[in-house]
Amino acid sequence: MSEQQSSSPKVVLVGNPNVGKSVLFNVLTGAYTTVSNYPGTSVEVSRGHCTIDDQRYEILDTPGMYSMMPITDEERVARQILLKEDPHAVIHIIDARNIDRMLPITLQLIEAGLPVVLVVNILDEAKRLGMELDLELLQDHLGIPVIGAVMKRRIGLHELRRAIADYAMVPHKPFAYAADLEADINKLVRLIHGDYRLSRRATCLLLMQKDDDIEALVEKNESESNFLQLKDGLREIIFKRRADLNLQISLERKKVCKRMLDGVVTQIIKDVEPLGEKLSKLMMNPWTGTPILLLVVYFGLYKFVGGFGAGTLVDFLEGNLFENYVNPPVINFAEKYLTQRWLYELTVGEYGLWTLGIRYAVALVLPIVGAFFLIFSLLEDTGYFPRLALLVDRLFKRIGLSGRAVIPIVLGFGCDTMATLVTRTLETRRERIIATMLLALAIPCSAQLGVILGLLSAAPNALAVWSIFLLLVFLLIGFLAARLLPGESPVFYMEIPPLRLPQLRNVVVKTLTRMQSYFVEILPLFLFASVILWAGKMTGTLSTVVGALSPVVKALGLPVEVTTAFVFGFFRRDFGAAGLYDLQSSGLLNITQLTVAAVTLTLFVPCVAQFLVMLKERGVKTALGIFVFVTLMAFSSGWFLNKFLLATGLLA
Amino acid sequence: MDKLSEKAEEILESLWVMTVEGDNVGCLLSSLKVELDSEELLELIQRAYVEVRDGRVHLRKEGRAEAQMTVRRHRLAERLTMDILGIEGEEGNEQACAFEHLLKQGVDTKLCTLLNHPTTCPHGNPIPPGECCDAARQQGEPGIVPLTELKPAETGEIAYLAASDDKKMQKLMSMGVLPGSQLSLVQKFPSYIFKVGHSQFAVDDTLAREIYIRRPH
Repeated sequence: MSEQQSSSPKVVLVGNPNVGKSVLFNVLTGAYTTVSNYPGTSVEVSRGHCTIDDQRYEILDTPGMYSMMPITDEERVARQILLKEDPHAVIHIIDARNIDRMLPITLQLIEAGLPVVLVVNILDEAKRLGMELDLELLQDHLGIPVIGAVMKRRIGLHELRRAIADYAMVPHKPFAYAADLEADINKLVRLIHGDYRLSRRATCLLLMQKDDDIEALVEKNESESNFLQLKDGLREIIFKRRADLNLQISLERKKVCKRMLDGVVTQIIKDVEPLGEKLSKLMMNPWTGTPILLLVVYFGLYKFVGGFGAGTLVDFLEGNLFENYVNPPVINFAEKYLTQRWLYELTVGEYGLWTLGIRYAVALVLPIVGAFFLIFSLLEDTGYFPRLALLVDRLFKRIGLSGRAVIPIVLGFGCDTMATLVTRTLETRRERIIATMLLALAIPCSAQLGVILGLLSAAPNALAVWSIFLLLVFLLIGFLAARLLPGESPVFYMEIPPLRLPQLRNVVVKTLTRMQSYFVEILPLFLFASVILWAGKMTGTLSTVVGALSPVVKALGLPVEVTTAFVFGFFRRDFGAAGLYDLQSSGLLNITQLTVAAVTLTLFVPCVAQFLVMLKERGVKTALGIFVFVTLMAFSSGWFLNKFLLATGLLA
Repeated sequence: MDKLSEKAEEILESLWVMTVEGDNVGCLLSSLKVELDSEELLELIQRAYVEVRDGRVHLRKEGRAEAQMTVRRHRLAERLTMDILGIEGEEGNEQACAFEHLLKQGVDTKLCTLLNHPTTCPHGNPIPPGECCDAARQQGEPGIVPLTELKPAETGEIAYLAASDDKKMQKLMSMGVLPGSQLSLVQKFPSYIFKVGHSQFAVDDTLAREIYIRRPH
C-alpha cells in the first residue's frame, strides 16, 4: 500500500447506526455529511480532514455496522475499510444508554488488533434515564482510551483530539472465552501464517463463522497445502459446533462484556415516562398513528410543499422576480446581440437554455423541491420515519416490500431520482426492483406534484379522482408484483431510535446539502434537455415525434397539443405537467381531459435522470423492462380512465 | 380390537373436518370417495363409529373420540414434517400422511410435548388437544413461549432463538436479542415492538415467532 504511506495518518470512525457517528465526523472535520436519525442512510463513505498539533489526519466515516460479520452491503463497506486501510486509530462510538449491547463490537475491534479509542456518546440522555457510568473504571478494564461525550454539544471533543494525537498502540491481551472455544481458536491460529491486517485470532473467529470474504482472502494469502489443512480443521470445527457456534460466540462476548461493565454502570430507577415516549407511542399505535400520518401529509405535503412552496414561493420567484426583473434584461440582451435565429432560439427561444433550462430550474423547481427537502429533513431528524415504517410494514408486505422501503417511497415524493438511489438500502434484489418500479410508475416527484396540485386544485373532484386512481395503481401493481416476482418475501426488523427534537442548524444544513446535490445533478440535465428539444425543434424531429405519438394521445380523448407535454415529460416530469398548465390556461382542456392527462403523465415514464439512475442501479435489462411496462401501463390506464369518466359522467 | 386401517382413519378424518369443523350434515359417499360396500367403511360401521343413511355417512357419538384423535395425529404430523423437518409443499403433505399413521400409543403425546403442545397446524387449523395438553394447562401457562404470545407490557427473559436461517439469527443477535437478556413487549400491532435495555426494536411476526421468551414465575 505504497500510496498510503505518503498521505496523512487515517482515523476511522465505526459504530452502530444512530449513535452520533456522523455528528462526530462533522465536529472533528468541520465538513458536513448528511446526519440522520434513520438507520442506514449513509451508504457511501465520507472522508474529511482534521489537524491536531500541526499533524493532519484523514478522517473516514463508515456506514453503520452491527458486528464484524457483515450482513448488509453497507456493513460490508464498513468492514472492507477496516481490512484495507491502515488506520492510525479506530474510533468506536457507542450510545451510552446501550453500552451493554454495543460493547461486544468494541471487543471484536480490540480482538482484531485494531488501535481502538472508545467514545461513549449521548451521556446526557443516559443520565436522564438514571444511568451513572464510571468510565475510568471501564478504561482500566478494557485497556484502551475511553472518552465520555455529548458530541452534538462538543463535550468530549477536546479529550478525543488528545487521544488521537497521543495514541500509542499497545499489544492487547486477548479476552479469554470458554476453554473449549479457545482450544478450537488456537488450533486454527497455529495453521495460518499470512498477514491479514486483522489479528489471526479475529481472522480465525470469522473463518469459523463462515465469513466468505475472509475465506477468499485467506485462500489467496496462504500456500495451497496450508489452506487445505486449514480447511480440514475448519470443517471439523464447524461441523462439531453446527448447532450453536454463532450463538456461543455471541454469548461468550456478552459474558466478557459483563465482566468489563462490572461496577461501571449504576442504574437508578426512574419511573417517569418522558413526553417523547408518550408521543412515540401515539405515533406507533395504528389508531392514533394513522391520523398523525394524515396530518403530516396534509400540513407537510399539501399545505407547505403544495401551498407555500409551489404557490407562494413560485409566484414570487417566477411571477414577480423573474417576470419583472430578471427576464427583461436577458431577453433585451439576446435581442440585441444574439441576432442569428438559431442562437436566439437556443438561448431565449421557446425551448431555450434560459427559458426552459435556468428559469425552470431556479424559479419553478427549486422552491418546490427545497420546501419538500425541508419537511423531509425535519421529519427525518425527529425519528418519525422508523415509526412510520413499522406502521406500514403489514401493508407494504402485501406489495412485496417491507416497512424499510418507506424511506425511498417517501423520498420519491421529493425526487424520484434520489429515491431510486436510496433503494440500495433495501435488503433483497426483489425489493429493490419492486421499489424502483413503483417509484417510476406511481410516485410523482415534488416538482410534478406541485404543478399538478396547482393544476387540479381548482377542481377538487378532479384532484380526488387523480389521487385515488394513482393510489389504486400503486397498490394494484405492487400487489401483482409481489405475486409474480420470484424470490423470498422480505423480513422486517428495525431499531426505533428515541424521538428527538430536531436541531435547527442540522435541519437547515441538511436541507441545503440536499438542495445543492439536487441542483448540481439536475441543472445539467435541464440544460441537456433544453438543447435536445431545441435541436428537435430546429431540425423538425420534434414535430415528427409529436406526430407519431399523437394518435395515441387522441385515443385517450385528448387534444393533439397535449402530445408535446408528454414528450417533454420524459425530459423532466414537471416539464410535462407545466406544459399542461399552459394548455389549461388557454382553455384547450376540459376537466375530464385534464384529469386523464394528469394521470397519464404522472404514470408515464420517469424523467431522463431517473432513467439513467435506473440503468446504473438495476442494470439494462431490468431498467428497460420497467420502462416499457410503465409506458404501456400509463397509456392504457389513461385510456381506461377516459372511458370510465365518460361513461359515468363523473367529472362532467 | 385390531387397529383401524389407514383408509378407515382417513375417512374418519374427512368426516371430522367436514361435519364437526365444517357445516355439513353427514357426508355423501361420493365426496368421501368410498363405496357402500368397501372394506374400510364396513370396518367403521362394525365398530359403530359411523352410520350410513340415505347415501350419507354420519359420524356417531361413539366415533367422535377416535376421529378427533386421528385429526390430531394428522396435524401434529404436519407440524413435525413442515416445522421441524422443514419439508414443504406437496412433499410435506405426503410425508405428514405417512407419519400420522405411525403416531400411535403414546407417540403422539411425546411428539406433542416435544412441540410444546401446539394449538394449530401449519395451515392454521386447530389441533384438538390431547390429555398431555390438558395436563400442561393444569400446571399453569407454559414457561417458554414465542414473543407473539406475550401481552403488551409483559416482560420476560429471552430463552432461545429459533431462527430458521443464519442471517436472521445474526440480525437478531446484532440487535442485542440474546438469550439471557430481559425483554419487554411494548406493542403487538401492526408490528411487534419490544425493548431490550434502553433500545426499542420493531420486528414483523416472522421474526417475532422465532424469539422464545421465558416468562417469570
